[in-house]
Amino acid sequence: MAPHPEVGTVTVPRTEAPAAPPPRGTLLAVEGLTVAYGEREVVHDVSFSMAEGESLALIGESGSGKTTVARTVLRLLPGAARVTAGAVTFAGRDVTALGDREFRPLRGAQIGFVPQDPANALNPVRGIGVQAHETAALLRLRDKAAEKEAILQAFAQVGLPDPERVYRSHPHQLSGGMLQRVLIGLAVLPRPTLLVADEPTSGLDVTIQKVVLDLLSGLRRDLGLSLLFITHDLAIAAERADSLVVLKDGVVKERGSSQRVLSRPESDYARELQADVPAINPHRYRAARAARPRTDPGNQVELRAVTKSFAARGGPVTAVDDVSIVVPRGTTHALVGESGSGKTTTARLLLGLESPDAGEIVVGADTLNAHSTKQWRAARRHLQLVYQNPFTSLDPTWKVERIVREPLDRYGIGPKAERRLRVAEALEAVGLSAEMGTRRPGQLSGGQRQRVAIARALAIRPDVLVLDEPTSALDVTVQASIMELLVRLQHELGLTYVFVSHDLSLVRQIADTVTVLRDGAVIENGAVEEIFSRPEHEYTRALLDAIPAVALADAAADGLGDVADAAL
Amino acid sequence: MSTVVDTGRRAPWTVASRRVLSGAPVSVLISFVVVLVLVVWVLVPSLITSSNPVDAVPLDKLRSPSPAHWFGTDYLGRDVLTRVIYGARSSVLTAGVAVGIGLVVGGGLGMLGGFFGGVVDAVIGRVVDTMLAIPGLLLAVAIVVTLGFHDINAAVATGITSIAIFARIMRAEVLKVRQSVFIESAYLQGGSRTFVLFAHVLPNAYRSVLALAVLQFGSAILVIAALAFLGYGSPPPASSWGLLIADGSKYQVAPWLIYCPAAVVVVTVLSINRISRWLRTPR
Repeated sequence: MAPHPEVGTVTVPRTEAPAAPPPRGTLLAVEGLTVAYGEREVVHDVSFSMAEGESLALIGESGSGKTTVARTVLRLLPGAARVTAGAVTFAGRDVTALGDREFRPLRGAQIGFVPQDPANALNPVRGIGVQAHETAALLRLRDKAAEKEAILQAFAQVGLPDPERVYRSHPHQLSGGMLQRVLIGLAVLPRPTLLVADEPTSGLDVTIQKVVLDLLSGLRRDLGLSLLFITHDLAIAAERADSLVVLKDGVVKERGSSQRVLSRPESDYARELQADVPAINPHRYRAARAARPRTDPGNQVELRAVTKSFAARGGPVTAVDDVSIVVPRGTTHALVGESGSGKTTTARLLLGLESPDAGEIVVGADTLNAHSTKQWRAARRHLQLVYQNPFTSLDPTWKVERIVREPLDRYGIGPKAERRLRVAEALEAVGLSAEMGTRRPGQLSGGQRQRVAIARALAIRPDVLVLDEPTSALDVTVQASIMELLVRLQHELGLTYVFVSHDLSLVRQIADTVTVLRDGAVIENGAVEEIFSRPEHEYTRALLDAIPAVALADAAADGLGDVADAAL
Repeated sequence: MSTVVDTGRRAPWTVASRRVLSGAPVSVLISFVVVLVLVVWVLVPSLITSSNPVDAVPLDKLRSPSPAHWFGTDYLGRDVLTRVIYGARSSVLTAGVAVGIGLVVGGGLGMLGGFFGGVVDAVIGRVVDTMLAIPGLLLAVAIVVTLGFHDINAAVATGITSIAIFARIMRAEVLKVRQSVFIESAYLQGGSRTFVLFAHVLPNAYRSVLALAVLQFGSAILVIAALAFLGYGSPPPASSWGLLIADGSKYQVAPWLIYCPAAVVVVTVLSINRISRWLRTPR
């Protein structure tokens, strides 16, 4: 398969080549580390080492033990966990053997920590300044004024616009991105030699994510920090770290330089991971999507100049402002934007979960009256939604079979025997065995639950599926299997998808047309290839820039290891 | 009550109760045994004791506890244990009625208020607030005086005083469940409000209310005993635990007349509370 420059150009080769300081010996060495919660081993015989100034990423899915390793390094393991074997050597001292009293001077001062969720990492009832002084006390300066100066300096260093104002603020007055900067600033304030960042960007919008990652890279370069980076995102890890350690079920599956692991993964798991990351494989579903039958043209879904505002303190807020969208039958249309862009509200308007202040919604041939409950109920027979989080969208007290059958029961479709047959079909279509029907959601994994949600949406044989970030709560390999399923179902059933997402690399993989939203207004609208290769608006460009730029992307996407080798 | 009975052919409920009880702490198992004994007392008291609760042997009056009379005898020479056993039916039945009223009326009000919100919730909320403002025992006494002195009236009165707390808990649970994504999803699947309320909201909200009911069962026994003690229960010769304690208090030379029935009340309440607490802890 030839590279596809029209889309491939988006993945610019990695630009920043940090002037890595010459290796100065090992800073952190983890040897044969085994951690158990009671009888259950969650980390098994994990070894890796980091040189001074190096950056290393621990990659794995949820439950892979990556956070446990990081917490062992920081000595922040919960009480039930014990290190049963191995050693963690930091700057020549075995951290696991030290007493709490001996370790305390290291944590913070020598090993900095950037937590995953900035909103929960600060005390909401105390000012940021007060909390910053707790960290600044590590510097042992002569007085509060000197401490404050150091704090303001650190805030300025992480690019906070008005350090003095931030110092006086409370956490709720700052955005997630600013809070994460505050925490990074505080983490580097005592000039640690190692910074541990546990999914530092997973709760942030994509453009902010990029800014925070750039900040970490910059600080690393300027301060000569070593960075231990915990993430589930192979693309981000490969872009930002010198070397990678791939974990699964607490076992190291692969380790090596980022370039090497990405272009020539040796273990099966790393190969699977590499194939499943959307940013590296923009054309994964190209063949399957090209095979979709092009039936009668025409529009399945249309929004015409829809506007919706909500009452809020200080006057109404316009969540969706004059948005028009056209989705041709049998295609996938993506709504993209950051949180607050109005993409979810637009999807909810389309489903009749909110009623528009102005504008028209057309589904199939019907223009839907915003206030007719009856009409909406009829329309929803052909219009189904798959929620973002399968952990909350299924009634935990119901069995799978009944969940999938629910729309059939409610709309009174066919006799009982036919409903049962349709449920079995739907479960089979999403790749679940009939035996799953007797289970409750609590007994299923996240991926299985999302399959149940899709089966429920399919059981009634709708024309349109609205997918509200259907994989954002799931691991990347699970995401890939769900995406594969959706592409296949579209092919087989001629479904029309409205796909809400903030992940542009995913949109690039599966969408035909796209609407970029910002503050409730349409920024750009058109075919995915068009907009991704020639973005007209600066905001679109910023969103596209946030896709981790990974070298060799196209070679890897085509699964041609030898090409990747040649490129090396 | 769930018990572990090993029949050759395992009925589904046997398997279920086995699963429920496996891993339960010893205190919970003991509590279940206590409740089981209680159930037998209520259903077939003659199985446990051969003597009659109203047979008086004047020669044996006011005997202290002995192998012949475990709980001693009262001022007429009646066996106290027998009277406690026969009194169990009245006490447990009235407590059951009281809890039933609280659960159905209070739970129902809380469910409606939490689910429909708005005016419905405001009206129900103020009624509940008013009920909470009146001391429970005072309200119960007022109701018994109105309805007439009888065990069942005392039970109804006790039930009415517990409506408010049931309504509060149910409302909080329903409010929490109502905001779940799967509730909105149920509407999207074409469910009506009534359907969503009974098929989705209620099954997810009833758990802690049921635990509260078990808890209230214990306190209902105490309140009804207190009402009986104060003379608001059935007139003699009916016997209930509260009446036994009330009568016993007249004979200070025979403290077992108070302590033995009181110990039964305490053990019962503690056992039920233990089970209730165990039911509420997620497993």
